[in-house]
Amino acid sequence: MISSWHAWAAVLGRDCQLACRHLQDSVLPLLFFGLVVSLFPLAVGASPNLLARMAPGILWIGALLAMLLSMEQLFRSDFEDGSLEQMALSPVSLAGTVMAKVIAHWCLTGLPLVLLAPVLALALHLPASAISVLCLALLLGTPVFSLMGAMVSALTVGLRRGGLLLSLLLMPLYVPVLIFGSSAVLQAMDGLSARGPLLLLAGLLVLAITLTPWATAAAVRIRLG
Amino acid sequence: MQRLLALKNFYAFAKALSPWLLLTWVALLAYGVIGGLVWAPADYQQGEAFRIIYVHVPSAFLSLGIYTAMAMMAAIHLIWRVKLATIWIAASVPIGASFTFLALLTGALWGKPMWGTWWVWDARLTSELVLLFLYLGYIALHRAMPRPDMAERAGSLLILIGVVNVPIVHFSVTWWYTLHQGPTLSRFAKPAMAPEMLMPLLAMIAAFGVFYVWLALLCARNACLARESTSTWVQEEVINNA
Repeated sequence: MISSWHAWAAVLGRDCQLACRHLQDSVLPLLFFGLVVSLFPLAVGASPNLLARMAPGILWIGALLAMLLSMEQLFRSDFEDGSLEQMALSPVSLAGTVMAKVIAHWCLTGLPLVLLAPVLALALHLPASAISVLCLALLLGTPVFSLMGAMVSALTVGLRRGGLLLSLLLMPLYVPVLIFGSSAVLQAMDGLSARGPLLLLAGLLVLAITLTPWATAAAVRIRLG
Repeated sequence: MQRLLALKNFYAFAKALSPWLLLTWVALLAYGVIGGLVWAPADYQQGEAFRIIYVHVPSAFLSLGIYTAMAMMAAIHLIWRVKLATIWIAASVPIGASFTFLALLTGALWGKPMWGTWWVWDARLTSELVLLFLYLGYIALHRAMPRPDMAERAGSLLILIGVVNVPIVHFSVTWWYTLHQGPTLSRFAKPAMAPEMLMPLLAMIAAFGVFYVWLALLCARNACLARESTSTWVQEEVINNA
């Protein structure tokens, strides 16, 4: 009899290993993030003041889109080869299993985005004082993207044009994170304390950790029929 | 057997209720329209243009009300597997989406002469827009699913996810707005309305509500017939009405 903890660790290890072997799945969102951000100066002009003012929004939208792009991969291969069905059938809590998958996914897509963001922020002339707040806000916000994305990704996995549908369903749900995340950076830029929005982001993260694994597990069961 | 009885009974109940709802709707609508467009005086600030609230406010009210009703039905569906709940949701979605669109449209038409712009990123407008996306998302997800029962369960879960998110979105937009723009435009102090303006408005809200129930019952009856199309009561019903 395998314990829940062992099963959990096994799924986490397996997903990390799989992601390391398909490194392109982690690198592509990063490239996408860099490209989207570098399109903005070309479109709105290279004035440093304007770019600095827009930087929080640009970086957050770039990170949001990159996360959105990677969400489709989360359950797809497991759905196609039947592993997801085995996970649903196993006596171990499915909510715990999907949580392990989300953590692995975030470590290999969300975390690199957070690490790349300061470099892009410098390129957009974001003041150095706001960069640490940006990183902290992304560190709190991108896991929420992953957790909520997993929920909808489980519902749409394997559907025709599932990726497009996933974006359509997820973007409205990402609004609060986007608002608090970019307002934290904007407040830091204006020399105000970013504590309020950061705490709200942390609150959203706690809420997402508490609720989404159950909803994701339910979604997986619905999708498996 | 139980399910069949439930649908059959529901059909009969809905059929009996229909003419009464229609009668109530016509009466409320007549009073609301005449009271709002003729009897109520023009607003001293907004002139005749204020009368659009007789469509706008009931639409906005129903767009949220229908979503709430759908969320309750979705919970009932997922917990107790009641088929009738999914019939009600399926009937409600297009009506709710239409009212949400109508609320946005009338709001924009009213905003142009009053605020000088079609759109502001006010908390209420933005949450209404997100609500429209949630309705449309339900329709898109429902259509994409390969099997009807899977589509219904996935849709119910999506509605429940949405209903947790609507308040969060609303408050986040409210705080965002007050953080950045200051409370110049975001808070309209609701003026105390004169009774001759308020009564038709309440009548219109009630009329829209009754209209929703009437229309949803009609769609639901249709769905009942379609689902039970092979059973004898449906065939008798169709023959008797042919």
